[in-house]
Amino acid sequence: MTHPEEKVQEQPALRELADDPASRKKFLKLMGGGIAGASAFSLFLAACGGDDDEAAGTTANTAPAETEAMAADGDLKIVNYALTLEYIEADFYAKVIESGLFSGASLETIKVIGDHEQQHVDALLGTAKKLGEPAAKPETTFPLESADAVLELAATVENLGAAAYLGQAGAIKDKAILAAAIAIHSVEARHASALNILTGKSPTPDGAFAAPLSMEQVLPKVKPFIVS
Amino acid sequence: MHSKLIVPELEAVEINGMNRGSFLLKSTLAVGAVYGAAAVGPFVQRAMAQDAMGDIDILNFALTLEFLEADFYKKGLASNLSAEAKELAQLFGEHESAHVEALTGTISDLGGKPVAEPTFKFPFTDEASFLELAQTLEDTGVGAYNGAAPMIESKEVLGAAGSIVQIEARHAAAIRLLRKEMPAPGAFDEALSKQAVLDAVKPLIAA
Repeated sequence: MTHPEEKVQEQPALRELADDPASRKKFLKLMGGGIAGASAFSLFLAACGGDDDEAAGTTANTAPAETEAMAADGDLKIVNYALTLEYIEADFYAKVIESGLFSGASLETIKVIGDHEQQHVDALLGTAKKLGEPAAKPETTFPLESADAVLELAATVENLGAAAYLGQAGAIKDKAILAAAIAIHSVEARHASALNILTGKSPTPDGAFAAPLSMEQVLPKVKPFIVS
Repeated sequence: MHSKLIVPELEAVEINGMNRGSFLLKSTLAVGAVYGAAAVGPFVQRAMAQDAMGDIDILNFALTLEFLEADFYKKGLASNLSAEAKELAQLFGEHESAHVEALTGTISDLGGKPVAEPTFKFPFTDEASFLELAQTLEDTGVGAYNGAAPMIESKEVLGAAGSIVQIEARHAAAIRLLRKEMPAPGAFDEALSKQAVLDAVKPLIAA
């Protein structure tokens, strides 16, 4: 079992950080930059048809004038983003189970992971309903050609999910929603780690510090799985 | 900003920086009710029921855990491990040392004083007990960060904690896989209170 540390190409600063502990002073700045990407937020607003751009600036400052309604609006968009990702994951595992590519212990593990994703869907859907209009369940398609290819895809999707949650942590206003997102985030990370190992990759491809991904980075990567 | 919660279980708890708390927390707990309160309840309740700690206190708390984990893997590497376990211990030990570095630096940057490294004692006697303790420590680390996260005031510190807890979760899953356990014990990782974490690690602190 060899796990060479795979470096994330889009995050040279993280690579530098991993290689040189002395550069850790950049760490906070880097994390802040990863979280507060206003352009990413704007893109997501456009992607989900939002017409309000007031939320885009709220991650960068404490915005004392911000109203509670605006905060809830921002949280709804994040919850709907997470809900969409979880819909995709839950659908993926449901189709993998149907495909007949797996049996025995592997199938059981996939069922457990799929069940986690479904629980995430249920929790996020409930939260989105309380906040406003939940995102619609997308119709999905996945290339399910072989067991190996499916595990690779599962690893990709889970790593993406973990990075997506991490990318939103600083933008969530409500503490209870943050607690829920964090409780899901580490489970996505666990799934990602296990699937990485099962596909011969490092459990920790980013090294000692996980890299966040913005909505702008995540959405194009899941687009191929969305039919409508 | 302080607000009093109306949720019965949490009525006595005042939450730092929590606005609109009653409405949204109730909604989240209502989700739990739909799916079984056990699923969503613990992480919200425990994450919320923390004693107030400032960011520097939280970072020092995390630093102590990272000192503990780093030393644990160092001692594990000095013991008789299989190639597979040794490889994980080496890699994960490096991560924990990097976390120690990052947290120490962050605490100093924020004007705080990093805690000194305690002396630890670990009761493992062979690879099986080493891996069992590794799983406990990593799972506890995840719960500790998840429990503290909602109290963190600075977005930057929250992002850093999130970046670290994801690694702890990946370690936990890898060790669980090696021990032929489910990588994720449930759909939601539980948040641990500061006291629960202290109770778990106190036997491992010699001085």
